[in-house]
Amino acid sequence: MVSKTNIPSRGYDCHMDESPAARFAAFWNEGRLAYQWDSATGSAVFYPRVGEGLEWRVSGGAGTVYATTVLRRRDEEPANLALIDLDEGFRMMSRVEGIAPEAVAIGMRVRVRAGGEAPVFEPAA
Amino acid sequence: MTRVAIAGVAESDLGAVAEGTTPVDLMAQASLRALADAGIAAPEVDGLFAASTQLPMATLNLGEYLRIAPRYSDATQVGGSSFVAHLQHARAAISAGLCEVALIAYGSTQRLVGRAGASVQEIDPYEKPYAPMLPVSAYALAAARHMHEFGTTREQLAEVAVAARAWAALNPKAFKRDPLSIADVLGAPMVSDPLGVRDCCLVTDGGGAAVVTSLERARAARTAPVALLGAGEAHSHRHISSMPDLTRTAAVDSGRRAFEAAGLGPSDVDVLELYDAFTITPLLFLEDLGFCAKGEGGAFVEGGRIAPGGEVALNTNGGGLSYCHPGMYGLLLIVEAVRQLRGEAGERQVAGAEVALVHGNGGVLSSQCTAILGTEATLR
Repeated sequence: MVSKTNIPSRGYDCHMDESPAARFAAFWNEGRLAYQWDSATGSAVFYPRVGEGLEWRVSGGAGTVYATTVLRRRDEEPANLALIDLDEGFRMMSRVEGIAPEAVAIGMRVRVRAGGEAPVFEPAA
Repeated sequence: MTRVAIAGVAESDLGAVAEGTTPVDLMAQASLRALADAGIAAPEVDGLFAASTQLPMATLNLGEYLRIAPRYSDATQVGGSSFVAHLQHARAAISAGLCEVALIAYGSTQRLVGRAGASVQEIDPYEKPYAPMLPVSAYALAAARHMHEFGTTREQLAEVAVAARAWAALNPKAFKRDPLSIADVLGAPMVSDPLGVRDCCLVTDGGGAAVVTSLERARAARTAPVALLGAGEAHSHRHISSMPDLTRTAAVDSGRRAFEAAGLGPSDVDVLELYDAFTITPLLFLEDLGFCAKGEGGAFVEGGRIAPGGEVALNTNGGGLSYCHPGMYGLLLIVEAVRQLRGEAGERQVAGAEVALVHGNGGVLSSQCTAILGTEATLR
């Protein structure tokens, strides 16, 4: 059960009780987009990983589209794929929903949408 | 370090190979042809270098098949750039006395078995939910970013595909040789915006091989030696979501290292073989290797400038876009550069070519490896 942030990420020097991916998923199941903070370099880290001095933190969920494309698979509806720069300083792959995939533009402000299997974004109101 | 040279090169069967052919058949076929090209017998090979997405232990397959028991083995796998890395690794191994005759080989039957079966994509928990079409979507994201930052157009990207096709028309071994226009490229179905199907490399079978040995020994080979003047390697990420800047690749570093080692600069290069998995890649590499300023790649290729008869001889075999792309194309860049420097390129020969730059790309703009090759006349 994930209940706190600022828990040091261990694993490099002890047996892991929970993998980074499992912890990330547990945060998301509580509606929180987690990332890690490297206090040594003062920078955000994503994807979550095993390492020394990495603290788990929760993002405010606001970001900007860094790059975007439209996936056009045969016999499927076109879908968006985007790289999102979160305001805390990390980048992740995701998808912008709620508008046509072609309408997603670089520089567009977006916000993470609660629920679902994995974090997706929608245009900021 | 010991000076080394490429003493022999060859392609395997290319395009669509015979039913039942294995990637090892192609690797071995190319190897035997390259050894014959060099006039070096297989038992003289004591260093094996190989990679293939279908063969996780590629040097073991190659040694078994050719009945070579090497004393040095390097199956470095950095995607399509692997074989340019192998050139540098072969030089290091020869310099260290770990081997004398290095054979670098590659084979793929991805067209025969299907791309999904030939190149298994690793499952990443942070990308999988969004179902990227890899590798094309990664390159599409980079192209979109380049267009956004520098005003690069789809027409400029199309110039790369059109020039490649025009070079391919001069190469009897090229897979696609029929005429291609900018309008054809722009009108082709989109795959992952802004890249359409004609912005994407071919899906073919194929393989190749190169024999590397000391310059001294290469001088005694059947053909004129092509010297490795300098090489450089760099990588910056594995996943496109971890690439620090989508418009700036690690070719900045690999290129600088290669030029420094060779004591040469971009103005010394007569022929460029730049990995063209997608139309955006040669633009990025022209910029990152110093042939034009960052952001000016689109303008650089406009007006047929990289097509036959243009000012810049680039991807003279027709490239991955029109000649052959078996999945990890880098070895075939080396083969073409060597042929150009030996003056064996027939109709597509670049007159007086003395220095060639080979640039391999691997993963999703992840690994960048550069090599500068030269004729005997370039050695000082």
